[in-house]
Amino acid sequence: MATVATTAPDVAVRRRPPKRRGRRRPWMFLLGWAAAVVWFFPVLWMFLTGFKTEAQASTDPPTFFFVPTLDQYQAVLGRNFVPFLINSFTASIVSTLLAIVLALPAAYALSLARVPKWRDSLFFFLSTRMMPAVASILPLYILVRNIGMLDDIRMLSIIYTAMNLPIAVWMIRSFLLELPREVLEAARVDGATLSVEMRRVILPMIAPGLAATALICFIFAWNEFFFAVTLTTTQAATVPVFLVGFITSEGLFWARLSAACTMAALPVIIAGWVAQKWLVRGLSLGAVK
Amino acid sequence: MTIPADVAVEGAPRRRPPEPKKLTRAERWKLRGPLLPALIFAIILTQVPFVFTLFYSFQSWNLLRPGNREFVGLGNYGKVFTDDLFRNAVVNTVVLTVSTVLLSLVIGLAFALLLDQKFLGRSVARTLLITPFLVMPTAAALLWKTSMYNPVFGLVNWFLSPFGVGNVDWVSQFPMLSIIIVLTWQWTPFMMLIILAGLQSQSPEILEAARVDGANGWAIFRRITLPHLRQFLELALTLGSIYLVGTFDAIFMITQGGPGQATTNLPYFIYLEAFRAFSVGEAAAAGVIVVAATIIIATFALRVVSNLFAEEAG
Repeated sequence: MATVATTAPDVAVRRRPPKRRGRRRPWMFLLGWAAAVVWFFPVLWMFLTGFKTEAQASTDPPTFFFVPTLDQYQAVLGRNFVPFLINSFTASIVSTLLAIVLALPAAYALSLARVPKWRDSLFFFLSTRMMPAVASILPLYILVRNIGMLDDIRMLSIIYTAMNLPIAVWMIRSFLLELPREVLEAARVDGATLSVEMRRVILPMIAPGLAATALICFIFAWNEFFFAVTLTTTQAATVPVFLVGFITSEGLFWARLSAACTMAALPVIIAGWVAQKWLVRGLSLGAVK
Repeated sequence: MTIPADVAVEGAPRRRPPEPKKLTRAERWKLRGPLLPALIFAIILTQVPFVFTLFYSFQSWNLLRPGNREFVGLGNYGKVFTDDLFRNAVVNTVVLTVSTVLLSLVIGLAFALLLDQKFLGRSVARTLLITPFLVMPTAAALLWKTSMYNPVFGLVNWFLSPFGVGNVDWVSQFPMLSIIIVLTWQWTPFMMLIILAGLQSQSPEILEAARVDGANGWAIFRRITLPHLRQFLELALTLGSIYLVGTFDAIFMITQGGPGQATTNLPYFIYLEAFRAFSVGEAAAAGVIVVAATIIIATFALRVVSNLFAEEAG
C-alpha cells in the first residue's frame, strides 16, 4: 500500500480546489458562453423585434441594427391588453397567497409536527401534481358551467391554487426541515404555544423560503394556459389567452406580436431570475435542493 | 449502553425525534388539524373531478344533445380504442414525449457539465440558459412559429442558409420536428438544473482523491459522476416525461394539431373531443387512458423521489 502513503499528504494539500484550473481552460469559457448565447438568442430576438417597425421585423436578411420605437407597445396596450394583464396578476397572486396559506400549516404538520402517516399525505400531494390536466378538465368544466362560474377569475384562481398546492407544501416543508432544531426546542421550553412559536420563531426564519415558494407558484400560475383557454372567454381571460389572437389575424404583425410576447413573458422572467437559487427545488417539487 | 439501536447503526445521532407513538384519538386529530384544509382542498379539486371523469367515461353523453344521456359501460373505451384518430394521437404523444425528453436530457447534461466548470461569467451564462424555460410557453410558441420558422424571413433558415438549406417551410413540411425543437429548447434548462444540482452535490474529496490516484476525466465521469448522477437523471427523465405527455400550449399555438392530424397528441385530441365535438363520454374515456399511462410513469417518478427522500432523511 505504498500509494496510500504517498498520496495522503497530497490530498491534504490539495483539499482546497486549485485556482489555476479555471484559467487554464479558456475553451470552457468559450463553450459555456456559446451555449448560453445560442439558447438565449430567441428570447433576445423577441425582445429586439418588439422595438422594431413592422417593416424591420420581417426582412431577409434579418435586421440587427435599427432605431428602437415604442409604437408596438402602444399598439398592444391600445388593443385592450390591460384587462388581460390584470386578470393574470389577480389569478397568479390570489392563487399564490391561497396556496401558501393552505400549505404552511400542512407543511408544518408534515415536517415538525409529524402527524401519523405523514409520508402518505406528502406523497399524495405530490401525486396530485403529476395528474394531467386533461384528467379533470371535463368535470371541472361541467361543474363550473352549472354553477355559473365560467369565465370567472375567482374560479381560475381556485384551480391554480390546487395546481400549486403540492409544490408549496413540498417546498415549505423542505425549508422547515432546515430550521435549527435547537431554536425550536428553546422556544418550546420557554413555554411558547404553537401559534406564538409559529409567528415569533418559525415565520421570521422561513420568510425567505416562503418568498421563494411564492415566486415559484407565481411562475406556474402566470404561464398556465390549458385551464385558462377552456374555462374563460372574455371577462376572465388571462395573458396567454390574449396571445391566442395572434395565431391567425394578427400573426402577420411580428413586431406587435413580439411586443405582446415580451410583456407577457417579462413578469415570469424577472420572477425566475430572482428565484434562481430555489428554482430547481420548485421544479423538482422539493426533491432536489 | 443506552444508545438506541438505530443510532448505533447509523453512526450519528438522529436530529429528528422518533415518530410519535401512542396517541389518543383526540391528540391525533389535533396534530392533523393543520393538515386538513390543504388535504381536503386537494381532494375536492383533483380527486373528485377524476372520479367524475371515470363516471362520465361509462356514459354516452354529448353536451350538444342534452337529455340523451345513458350508461354504455365500456362502449366509449371500445370506440376510443378503435378510433384511428385516437391511435394516431397515441403514436404522436409517444414520439413527441420520447424524442423531446431524450434530446433535452442529453443537451441538458452537456450544459450542466459545462456549468459545473469554473469560467468567467458562469452565473450570467446560467441565468441566460434558464430563461427559455421561464418564457411563457404560449409566447415562446408564437415567437418560434413566426420569427424563427418562417420560410422567407425566419431566423432558422437564415442561420442554416450557409449550409445550403433553402426556404424550408418548417411548420408545414416538418410539423412534428418543429414542435420537438421548440419543446427541447424549453425543456433543456429544466433537465440542466436538475442534473446540475446532482453534479454539485458530489463530494469534492472523492473527485480529488480519484484525480490524485491518476484517474483521467472520462474515467472519473464514468465511474464516479455517472453513478452519482443516476437518480438525478431518473428524476429529470420521469418528471420531464410527466410534464411533456401533457403538452398542449405549443401544439395549440403552432400547428393546431395539424397539418391534418400530424401533431395531434392526446391532450389536444381530448381538447378537440371535449370542446369542439362536446362528446363528454369519449373525451372522458380518453382522459382516463391518459391518466393510466401517466400513473405508470408517475410510479417510477415517485419511487425516484422516495429514494432521494430516504437518503436525505438518513
